[in-house]
Amino acid sequence: MNTAFPAPSDDKPLVVKRHGMSDDALKRIMLAPAVLIILGLVLYPFLWAVYLSFHQFSILKNKPAVFIGLANYSELLHDPNIWERFIFTGKFVFTVVMLEMVFGFLIAYFIHTQFKGGGVWVTLLLLPMMIAPVISGLFWKYILSNNWGVINYFIKSILGLPEVQWLSTNTAGFWAIVIVDVWMWTPFMMLLSLAGLSAVPTYLYESAEVDRASAWFKFTRITLPLSAPLILLAVVFRTIDAFKTTDIIWVLTAGGPGSTTETIAYALYKLAFAFFKTGEASALAVILLVTVIGLSIILVRTLNRAKQATQ
Amino acid sequence: MHQKSLLNRIVSWAGLIILIVIFIFPFYWMVATALKTRMQIVAIPPLFFFEPTFENFRGVFFTSSGLETNFKFFFKMSIIIASLSTFFSVLFGALAAYSVSRFKMKGKDDLMFFILSTRMLPAIATLVPLFLMYRALGLSDTVHGMVLLYTMFNLGFTVWMMKSFFDEIPIEYEEAALMDGYSRWEAFLKVVLPQSVTGLAASAVFSLIACWNEFVYGSILTTRYARTVPPAVAVRVGHEGYEWGKIAATAFMYVLPVLIFTFLVRKSLLRGLTFGAIKK
Repeated sequence: MNTAFPAPSDDKPLVVKRHGMSDDALKRIMLAPAVLIILGLVLYPFLWAVYLSFHQFSILKNKPAVFIGLANYSELLHDPNIWERFIFTGKFVFTVVMLEMVFGFLIAYFIHTQFKGGGVWVTLLLLPMMIAPVISGLFWKYILSNNWGVINYFIKSILGLPEVQWLSTNTAGFWAIVIVDVWMWTPFMMLLSLAGLSAVPTYLYESAEVDRASAWFKFTRITLPLSAPLILLAVVFRTIDAFKTTDIIWVLTAGGPGSTTETIAYALYKLAFAFFKTGEASALAVILLVTVIGLSIILVRTLNRAKQATQ
Repeated sequence: MHQKSLLNRIVSWAGLIILIVIFIFPFYWMVATALKTRMQIVAIPPLFFFEPTFENFRGVFFTSSGLETNFKFFFKMSIIIASLSTFFSVLFGALAAYSVSRFKMKGKDDLMFFILSTRMLPAIATLVPLFLMYRALGLSDTVHGMVLLYTMFNLGFTVWMMKSFFDEIPIEYEEAALMDGYSRWEAFLKVVLPQSVTGLAASAVFSLIACWNEFVYGSILTTRYARTVPPAVAVRVGHEGYEWGKIAATAFMYVLPVLIFTFLVRKSLLRGLTFGAIKK
């Protein structure tokens, strides 16, 4: 960083202004619209959800909410179906994040070592994550279809294996969702891994070369540890996002067959807007929100670590 | 460094081409399907070579009867809602970001965390109260209601992104402007904003894509008058059986602008995806 221009910091306030509004007033006015919108459309609904979670209420019925204490929570936590969905979500998140990390890193390593970090064409690889998940999910449904799907065609006539009923059995349904998610988000892991790899200073490799270090030593002692902060950041980002997965499930399997491919977020949608159990849905929403806020705290810490590592 | 052999180079390029084919194949198949007739779409085995037809595009965009006309309407809604909400989220985001970047403030880190967490929250979790609130205020299924909602949806991102750009601008520029007799606000408008055009453009493109792609809010809070393309396409599948040709044609037209924008902001992609944390 150029030391002639120090970054603005708290302990070095700007010189006193001449005319116009006072800094204090300007500070508040500039912050106000954003804060008001967030208070009104995030915090207020959040508190409302907490309130509803202690009440018996349905958005369909015109009856006032009745206070029932923790009954919604205890009902949820005693419902084996909810636990099944938590387990499904955990399995799904773990599987996709692991696969995306491994594939993303391997592809990034390949591009970094063979193509010096790549060119404009890297953008081509990033397209899957930029388009609407609901649109690509829908299209994957056609690609995976039993009869005229092109994937089953490859499986049958090129590999000579029996076709897979991707969207109508629960094991295959799980893997169908995993395939689509991995296709969509591996590019994200790749991009961050690529940034991590290029953040490793080359002089480290040069001095390792001088010491006649093995390729394996260079990979495990230099490459991996120094690109780790960014890979970790990608993993945390993806964990939060995968945890909220709704769109692709909505269009691919609609949670089926039965409710075997429902994530927590999708189950919440059904509880709230298909079964109209508003109170219970709110309790589940609060559980989900608390989990995501916890994950976000971890995210901010990894963000700061990655920021330091790349500066 | 030793020279790479020819064989090594051929293998690398082959690997790269296979990779690109895997990631791009669904797009190729989407375009191919959009150009097929109804019979060709359900052909077994799938057709890789065929005579293209524009029937599906005509069906979606140039037929003036029934549900088909609505797709022009849904596209219009997507464009209006995404651009207005992008404008507001970048405007309010930039103002708030400048305030956080430059002024003394208690609990600055907590405020920034709170702002970021709003973007991390699953949309579905606050939908019940939002649904009740929008119903009570008459905001359900209105353009201004959706613009307001998507402005909120992107604010967390735009504040973080713009703050990272403002933090990079040397404070001396503003000090010089203040010495010259500018007010603080004038210094922001005439000195800081022109310096952060890249940041504003990147934030706008990311917000635009996020609204353009949003599905959950749209499908619960709109039914007819403010409906955007993603919920409309998903519902269409449910109601009319699978008209893959028309779905592919719609999907292709909807995805095209995103592809163009992605290429435009390719240099800021990493920064955008990490909320401004990683600058490269």
